[in-house]
Amino acid sequence: METINAAQPILQVRDLRVQAGSQPILKGVSFDLYPGEVLGLIGESGAGKSTLGLAALGHMRGGCACVGGEVLFRGQDVFSLPPRQAGMLRGRRITYVAQSAAASFNPAYTLESQIAEPLRRGGGSSGPIARTIRNLFRRLGLPQPDIFGARYPHQVSGGQLQRAMTAMALAPEPDIVVFDEPTTALDVTTQLEVLAAIKQAIREEGSAALYISHDLAVVSQISDRIMVLRHGQMVEEGTTRELIDTPKQDYTRRLLNVSHAVVPAEVREDARDEVLSIRGLSARYGSVPVLDDVTLGVRRGTTLAVVGESGSGKSTLAKVVTGLVPAAGGTLTFAGKALRPTLKARDKDTLRRMQMIFQIPDTALNPRQTVGEIIGRPLSFYFGLPRAEVERRVADLLRDIELGPEFARRYPSELSGGQKQRVCIARALAADPDLIICDEVTSALDPLVAEGIIKLLRRLQEEKGVSYIFITHDLGTVKAIAHDIAVMRRGRVVDCGARDAVLSPPFHPYTELLFTSLPTTREGWLEEALAKRPDPDALDGTAPGASQEAGQANARTGHRRGADRPVASGMGG
Amino acid sequence: MTRFTRLRGFPLSTWLPLGVLVVITLAVAVGPAFLPYRAEEIVGDLWEPMSWAHPLGTDQLGRDMLARVLEGGRTSLSLAAVIAGLAFLFGSGAGLTAAFLGGWVDTALSRAVDLLMAFPPLIFALLTIAVLGNSIPVLVTVLTLFEALRIFRLTRSLAMEIAVQEFVAVARLRGEGIGWILFREILPNGMVPLMAELAIRFVFGLLFLSSLSFLGLGVPPPAPDWGGMVRDNAPAVSFGLSAPLVPAAMIAIVAVCVNLVADSLLHTRGRSRSAEG
Repeated sequence: METINAAQPILQVRDLRVQAGSQPILKGVSFDLYPGEVLGLIGESGAGKSTLGLAALGHMRGGCACVGGEVLFRGQDVFSLPPRQAGMLRGRRITYVAQSAAASFNPAYTLESQIAEPLRRGGGSSGPIARTIRNLFRRLGLPQPDIFGARYPHQVSGGQLQRAMTAMALAPEPDIVVFDEPTTALDVTTQLEVLAAIKQAIREEGSAALYISHDLAVVSQISDRIMVLRHGQMVEEGTTRELIDTPKQDYTRRLLNVSHAVVPAEVREDARDEVLSIRGLSARYGSVPVLDDVTLGVRRGTTLAVVGESGSGKSTLAKVVTGLVPAAGGTLTFAGKALRPTLKARDKDTLRRMQMIFQIPDTALNPRQTVGEIIGRPLSFYFGLPRAEVERRVADLLRDIELGPEFARRYPSELSGGQKQRVCIARALAADPDLIICDEVTSALDPLVAEGIIKLLRRLQEEKGVSYIFITHDLGTVKAIAHDIAVMRRGRVVDCGARDAVLSPPFHPYTELLFTSLPTTREGWLEEALAKRPDPDALDGTAPGASQEAGQANARTGHRRGADRPVASGMGG
Repeated sequence: MTRFTRLRGFPLSTWLPLGVLVVITLAVAVGPAFLPYRAEEIVGDLWEPMSWAHPLGTDQLGRDMLARVLEGGRTSLSLAAVIAGLAFLFGSGAGLTAAFLGGWVDTALSRAVDLLMAFPPLIFALLTIAVLGNSIPVLVTVLTLFEALRIFRLTRSLAMEIAVQEFVAVARLRGEGIGWILFREILPNGMVPLMAELAIRFVFGLLFLSSLSFLGLGVPPPAPDWGGMVRDNAPAVSFGLSAPLVPAAMIAIVAVCVNLVADSLLHTRGRSRSAEG
C-alpha cells in the first residue's frame, strides 16, 4: 500500500446530501479530515450531525437515503463498497462510539469478549489481543485493567462503560473514530474523567476522530477544528481557537453566549418568609434510603436550585414534596400549614398552590388533548370557570408564554420541544400557584431553547411572584436562575445557602468539584480541571474534613442553613 | 391531524373490505323489506339452483335462500355486535380499573381472569348452555364473558403502559378523580388498539356463535342465523349442491373483511407513532 501523506485527507466528504423521505436531513455538507486530527461537529438536535457521523462509516439510518455527494475514505467511496468490504472498513478502519454504551453492549457477554470480537474476526491471536485491550483499559484509566474485562456490562458504572466502549473503538487501531455524544448521558464529574481519557487515548493512538456533540464547551476541549451545523448545513468551520475567539457567524456567537453564563438572577435579600420549609426529611424506596435528613427552605418569590448528580436524590425530593412518594420522616410546612404526606390527604387548594413541571415535555402532555384543553383543565378544575372564561384565560396564558392564541387548537405532536415545555409552564401557571417545582425542565432541550425557557421562567417570577424549586444537574443554568442553592449528594444536602455564598470561596469541596467539572471553552481547561480535582471518593459526607469545612463556611456567611449535619448512620454505601 | 385526513390516508386494502362490510350491513338491515318473499315462507322446491326468481336458490325446505341469508345475518351480526360491545364495556372498564388501582384489586381481577381463561371456552359454553338452556340471554352472557377476558388483558397492559407516563402524574397531582384519569387521560391514548381489538372480538363472537349454532346449541329456532343455516343445509353437500356454502361464505367474508380493517387500523397507528418519534 502507498504511504499516507500527512497533507492528504483520510476522509473527504463532498457535498453530501441525505434525505429521509422527502425531508432533507443534510443539504450539501463538505469537509476533509486529516490523519490524527480531531474534528468537532456541533449543532442542535435536527442539525444532521449524527447522520453525518454515520455517513462517515458508510451507514445510513433506516429511512434515510443518500441523494447526492460522496464520502471518500482514502479516495474510495464508502457507499459503493461491496458489503463485505464495507464491513471490514467499519469494524476496523473506522469505528464508532455511541451515546448510550449501555444500549450498545450485549448484557450476556463479558466486556473483554465483546471488545475482542472484531479483532478476532480480523485474524488476531488471543494473547496479543488481550494485551492490547488491557493496555487500552490502563490508558483509559479504568480500575484494575487486568481483570476489568472479565466483568459484564451491568457490573460497571456508566462512565466506565463509556470508556470500555472507547476501548472497543480504539482496539483495532482504526484510522478514524466517530464519537457520537459520548459524554452527554454522564454526570459532569464523570464526563470530565471520560473526556480526559478519550482525549489522551486518541492523542496517543494517533487516530483521527469526528467528535459530535451539542455542547460547544465539550467539543472545544477535545477538537483541533470545529464545524458548526444547523438545519443540515454548515454554518461555520475553523480551528478551535479561531472559532471560539473570533466567531464569524451570528449563530455561532449565540451558541457561545449560551455556554458563557447568562446574566445571573438578582439576589433577593428582602424575601424572608419561607413558602416551603423542609425539616429533617427522609425517604426510602423499600429499604434503600434515598433522602436522609434534608432540611431546606424556599423563600417566597425566589428560586431554590437543587443541584446534584444522578442518584443524589434530588428528583425524589420533588416527589416527596409533591406527595407522589410518601416521606419516611421529617416535616413539610407549606404556606404556613403542615403538609400532609400523601397526595390523597391533601386538599384541593393545597394541590393548586403547588405545581410541578417535568423534565420531558413529550410525556408530560397528553397527546390526545389540544393545548387549549391541557391549559384549560386547571382553570375549570380549580376555579370552576365557565367555558368562555376558560378560553379567554387560555389565550392570556398563551401570550404569557410567548405563543399565540392560535396554539390552543393544536395537539402536542404539532409543537417543538421548547413549545411543549412552554405549554407545561402555562398549565402550571393556570393554577395560580405559590410554588412551582421544576424537575430538570431544561435538560431535554437544546441550549438555545433552554436559555429561552430560563428567561421565561425568570420573567414570570418577576411578574407573578411565584417561587420555584429548580432541580437540575446542569450547573450552567443554576447561576442564571437561582437565588439560593442546595447541593445534594447521595441523599443528603452537603452544601446550601445564598447563591453568592455557595459560589464564592471558600467552597465546600463537593460544590467546588461540581462547578470546576462544568466544561468551559477556555483552552487548557480540561487538563487544569483534571489536575486540580480532588478524589471524588474522598468527598463522602461522613469524611470528617468535609463537614468541618462546611461548618466553617456556615459560620462565615451566616447564611447557610442546615447544611451537612454529621449523620451517625451514614448512607450505607 | 383531524380524523378525516387520517381516514383519507387509508389504502385500497382498507377501503375495499370496509365497503363490503357497509354493503352487507345495509343489505341485512333494510334488504328484507325489498324482497318479494319472507324468510319463513316456502316458495319452491327444496334446494333449487340459482335463478332469477331465487338468486341464491332455495334451502332444505324450499324457502328463498337470499331472504334467509339476509334475515339470518340480522340475527348473527347483531348478536355478535351486542356481545362485542358488552364485552368491550366490561372488559375495558375492569382492565382500566385493575391497571390504575393496582394492589389487591388488580391481583383479584387478574387471577379471576386467569382462572376463567384456563377453561376451554367451547366446552364451558356447551356445559353452561346444556344446564341453562339455549336462550339468547344465556348465549349473550356466556359469550360476553369469554370475549371480555381478552379485552381485560389487553386494556390492562395498555393502561399500565400509559399510566406511568407523566401526564397521568400531572393529573394525579392536580387532584383529579379516578373517572377523569381513566376516561380522559388514559383511555383516549389506548383507543386505536382497543378499537382493533373490538373488531377482532366481533369476529370471534360471530365465529363462536356460529359454531354453537352449527352444533345445535346456538340461536334457538325458528329465527334463522348463519351458523344454523349451515347445519340445516349441510346434507346438500352429499348431493354436490352449494346451498350450505352460501351462509358459510357470508361468515367467512365478514370475518376476513373485519380483520383487514382492524389490521390497517393497527398499521396506521404504527405509522403515525414512528412519524412522531
